[in-house]
Amino acid sequence: MTPVRTVIFSALFLAVSFLGFANEKEITQEETPFDPKAMILHHVKDAHEFHLWDWRGSPISLSLPIILWTDNGLTSFSSSRFHHDDEGQTIVESNGRSFVKLHEKIYQLDAGASSISYDSEHHPTNAHKPVDLSITRNVFMMWVSVALLLLIFLTTARNYKNSKDGVPKGIAGFMEPLIIFVRDEIGKPMIGEHKYKKYMPYLLTIFFFIWINNIFGLIPILNGANLSGNIAFTFTLAVFTFIITTFSGNKNYWKHIFWMPGVPVPMKIFLMPIEIIGMFVKPISLMIRLFANITAGHVIILALMSLIFVFKTAAIAPVSVAFSLFITVIEIIVTAIQAYIFTILSALYFGMATEEEH
Amino acid sequence: MDLITPGFGLVFWTAITFIFLLVILGKFAWKPILGAVSEREEGIKAALASAENARKEMENLSADNDRILKEARSERQAMLKEARELKNNMIETAKTEAKEEANKLVAQAQAAIAAEKKAAVADLKHVVAELSISIAETVVREELADKAKQEKLVKSMLENAKLN
Repeated sequence: MTPVRTVIFSALFLAVSFLGFANEKEITQEETPFDPKAMILHHVKDAHEFHLWDWRGSPISLSLPIILWTDNGLTSFSSSRFHHDDEGQTIVESNGRSFVKLHEKIYQLDAGASSISYDSEHHPTNAHKPVDLSITRNVFMMWVSVALLLLIFLTTARNYKNSKDGVPKGIAGFMEPLIIFVRDEIGKPMIGEHKYKKYMPYLLTIFFFIWINNIFGLIPILNGANLSGNIAFTFTLAVFTFIITTFSGNKNYWKHIFWMPGVPVPMKIFLMPIEIIGMFVKPISLMIRLFANITAGHVIILALMSLIFVFKTAAIAPVSVAFSLFITVIEIIVTAIQAYIFTILSALYFGMATEEEH
Repeated sequence: MDLITPGFGLVFWTAITFIFLLVILGKFAWKPILGAVSEREEGIKAALASAENARKEMENLSADNDRILKEARSERQAMLKEARELKNNMIETAKTEAKEEANKLVAQAQAAIAAEKKAAVADLKHVVAELSISIAETVVREELADKAKQEKLVKSMLENAKLN
């Protein structure tokens, strides 16, 4: 308990210390017309600072560390040094290099350039992107979710250790049906009674990891830290599933890909490329499904809320709120369904890879 | 396009974080939790099986009891039957023996009676012979003179003697 508690408190302390009021720049929202597309994309995409809300025209946000791998080595500084600038105006000097932030991308100015210049399509001409390893708001929320997962499941595990008869009490009583659901409804039927045990840690971890991040994405004050709706996140998990599938593939699995048994030879040759493509399409479908479902939900909710600003009247608010409430409720179900689908399909692929010849 | 291009930084941190989470949870959460759950399930299974066994044993036991009771009952029946037969036999034997004895006694009695009778007849004959001799003596003594009387006497005597 103590280490977990320490982690959480230090995270909170870090968060509070990053909280900064920024009064340097007066934002004049009145002049610019409301652009729902820009607003929605800004919320759905990743960001280098954790914007919470605006207060008297200035944003209140958590500054997150920016970590860059440049030609001059690793450099890191706080995102607060950009002063909420996202248009490439503020230049930050660090480790002998100059950086600007443009549409949530960090650019490194070429040597000698004092300000960023654009071509006709608004692409920077005198800057390039360094390798960006920043702790973005998605990374930050991912770590919060990890802390929460550790808190929940280490507590659950300790609960079992302390109970003498193995009867779950407290949070263990709540988590056990979920864990047993993953085991009995996903692991056992998809992989098989004899082999499922090896894959249980992975299946349980992705199930709860995706689920909790789906839920985090729905919490409004966290400003749509849309981790599970980010293609990088779903890509990484799909790659894990792909790697595990490929490495657990037995002779039977590879035979079904390269030399399909039970069909004539021309058919075998015809099926081989299809099966090889299928090998990659499976994880790609996992990646796109989770990304698209979660992002679509966010886009719908944000679009409904945008109606208020598009029509510039509060009269539309009840409609917007009612519809977005409806969609939010559906999204709450979708959080669990998408986590379930990702997990069950991963399990299915593992099951296919380890299936014995029959 | 930005939306569907995986950013390297997030891929990097997701991979590291996920591996970390997988290792920590796998070691300190899933293993003990799944272990405890399956241990409990095995325990329940074993308890159910032993209860079933106990029930079967009870059934066997009561079946045994029934069988023993039945055997005892039939044994009692057999014993009673045997006793009854024995009794009947004994009565029969006794009856037969008694009858035989009675017959024997009767036969003996009859034999004795016959012998007695024979002896009595012999005695009687003897007495009659003596009587006859004494009568004849008397008659001879008295009637030697009187011839007619003699003859009459003999005659009557002979008539009397015919009775035997």
